[in-house]
Amino acid sequence: MATTEKRLEVLKTYKIYIGGQFPRTESGRYYLATNSKKEKLANICLSSRKDFRDAVSAARGAFGGWSGRAAFNRGQILYRIAEMLEGRKAQFVDELMKQDADKAQAEKEVNLCIDRLIYYSGWCDKFQQLFSTVNPVASSHFNFSNPEPTGVVAAIAPQENSLLGIVSLIAPIIAGGNTCVVLASNTKPLCAVTFAEVLNSSDLPGGVVNILTGKIAELAPYFADHMDVNATVYCETDAATQNMIKEKSALNVKRVVLYDKVKWNDATAQSPYFIMDLQEIKTTWHPIENIGGAKAGY
Amino acid sequence: MAKTKNNTIKLKFDSARNLAPAPESRSAAKIDPQYNLFINGRFEKPSGKKYFASINPATEEKLSMIAEANDADVNKAVKAARAAYENVWKKMPGAERAKYIYRIARMIQERAREFAIIETLDGGKPIRESRDFDVPTAANHFFYYAGWADKLEYAFPNRHTSPLGVAGQIIPWNFPLLMAAWKIAPALACGNTVVIKPAENTSLTALKLAEIIQEADLPAGVVNIITGAGATGAAIVNHPDVNKIAFTGSTEVGKIIQRAIAGTNKKATLELGGKAANIIFDDAPLDQAVEGVINGIFFNQGHVCCAGSRLYVQESVFKEVVRKLKDRLESLIVGDPMDKNTDIGAINSKEQLNIINNYIKIGQQEGAEMYQSTANLPKRGFYCRPTIFTNVAQSNRIAQEEIFGPVLAIQSFRTDDEVIEKANNTPYGLSAGVWTDKGSKIFNMTTKLRAGVVWANTFNKFDPTSPFGGYKESGYGREGGVHGLAAYVNIV
Repeated sequence: MATTEKRLEVLKTYKIYIGGQFPRTESGRYYLATNSKKEKLANICLSSRKDFRDAVSAARGAFGGWSGRAAFNRGQILYRIAEMLEGRKAQFVDELMKQDADKAQAEKEVNLCIDRLIYYSGWCDKFQQLFSTVNPVASSHFNFSNPEPTGVVAAIAPQENSLLGIVSLIAPIIAGGNTCVVLASNTKPLCAVTFAEVLNSSDLPGGVVNILTGKIAELAPYFADHMDVNATVYCETDAATQNMIKEKSALNVKRVVLYDKVKWNDATAQSPYFIMDLQEIKTTWHPIENIGGAKAGY
Repeated sequence: MAKTKNNTIKLKFDSARNLAPAPESRSAAKIDPQYNLFINGRFEKPSGKKYFASINPATEEKLSMIAEANDADVNKAVKAARAAYENVWKKMPGAERAKYIYRIARMIQERAREFAIIETLDGGKPIRESRDFDVPTAANHFFYYAGWADKLEYAFPNRHTSPLGVAGQIIPWNFPLLMAAWKIAPALACGNTVVIKPAENTSLTALKLAEIIQEADLPAGVVNIITGAGATGAAIVNHPDVNKIAFTGSTEVGKIIQRAIAGTNKKATLELGGKAANIIFDDAPLDQAVEGVINGIFFNQGHVCCAGSRLYVQESVFKEVVRKLKDRLESLIVGDPMDKNTDIGAINSKEQLNIINNYIKIGQQEGAEMYQSTANLPKRGFYCRPTIFTNVAQSNRIAQEEIFGPVLAIQSFRTDDEVIEKANNTPYGLSAGVWTDKGSKIFNMTTKLRAGVVWANTFNKFDPTSPFGGYKESGYGREGGVHGLAAYVNIV
């Protein structure tokens, strides 16, 4: 006789993601994530400055390899991330619903994330062609300019949504060959951690994306003043934090990108200009020999 | 028969340096005894009634008195720029803006000789460089960006552009006219108006440019040129009605500016310091490479943010390269900048000479081996012998810090990977150079060197169509080319 005993659910431990590993915060601290009804969802790592520094060092270590990969290969890996996300859609819908979304909203958000990853997958080997130039200099030189990744990016994700914000933020950063440390939404952290599991099973090298959970107020100053970070991205509208980030970023002339007017569920939240926000233009010169004076006459 | 071991004959340069003087005449240039501020299309006396002297660093004689703009003057200039922006410039069709900018380019060309003479008298750079590089390149820059003014819709795919408003621009003393052109030309082409401040040591060509702007009938207030030192610059940076700061200068001041505008919506482009690696591989055409290294570090007395101030030579050719460099050093003519034969002119100011001499002392104290040319220096004026250091450690200050003078730090390397690591081991990232005959090696290097401009088998080349600017602490934003437009528009 089959019994209908109630099976005890296995709860998931939500950890942070550094260098392709899932450690707990070194600080041993946690905070409680709840939904709007104050129901307990999970104990979440309250990441520390040391966690951030470990993550930066993992991102720096991964930069040479990731930026040196063929753009086509990066495109395939972004596509792979989308595939993995598609396969685990139900889990994300479930998590989003725990965090106050209704089913339709949750499905829409996950679908949009998958599509956005596919969108940026396609840009990986195309934006360079759009924003590169061959420059007709007036001397006998061949001269061209092309975008290259800025380096290690420290980014604070939008707080309003659990998955869409962080995916929309990470995709253009890594499509352009950067590596990053991202602070997830404080109030809706579940999907960010689960998305790290997706990244970890998508051929994305460890350290390219590192995801922390914790408090903006505590970590943002470190995001802005770490000397081995090349750019800081902030997606909220709090003016005091914006100014603090801009000021501290001057310490090593970081690029500061503020996405305070982006509507993340809108079509305008994706474009190659998001990739270009974290690119440097390199110009290369080489002389052209001109000995006999022959012309390309035919 | 000369019996030196390496089968070369010891070269004698004392005769090469004794060419008959070929001085450019001062008479083709007119310098007024006193210059005022160029605000709203007129030359106005500074409200503080203060003037400071501008001297010729080659002779230490006074050239002119320059007005010092205070906060009230800056405010007046910004107001004029705002009014010109709202009432005239942003409404003017791009094709009309273009014609004004073309006019400026043409007038600089017409008065090129005068500009070259004044640039050399005021800044100390060899007349050959101001005549053949600074002035023509400045004119070309205006000519290039003029053409963009009615073509901006093509610059950013699937986007529209709008001007930013009033641009506050602060430029250095190493290429006074050229930097003014780099700043003003793209700003105007994109529909912005300008308040620009030249460096206090080298205001004259900017004020001459003001004369041209007046002659060109540019609407009043579109370009305002105000003179003064750091306090004047700070007043521009901190003025609440300025929308954009464009700064070229030291990393130290760049950071201060980035901090100062943190609480505002001002946009910024910063073109800051550098410590470029120039890398010679053993398969390079060594004579060309040596020529490139000389040009890389001694061009404009080394007062170049992208100067090739760190030289890395592959071990197997190290001795040969250093010997050739020393020989070439001996043949450089150091002296009167107005002489057309001069290779290295005067150091721009006494302060800068002190900084350079201090680094030369530091280099020796740190244990590096110094070699200087034996050229005789003029009795008056600020001069520095071209200097190279060998036996330099990566951690030495002369290998880490920007000296901004004719001082080269030489190190050796064995493998490609080693030199990439060493070259990138600096907070700066403005430029780099590579010398090798092997194409695939060139591209390995140029893609891995973290710098905004990489010269392969050449160095210190510039062109209006070619974007220039740094990675890392060398600043952000680009000047030149289509990429240079992005600094002066909102992309929507």
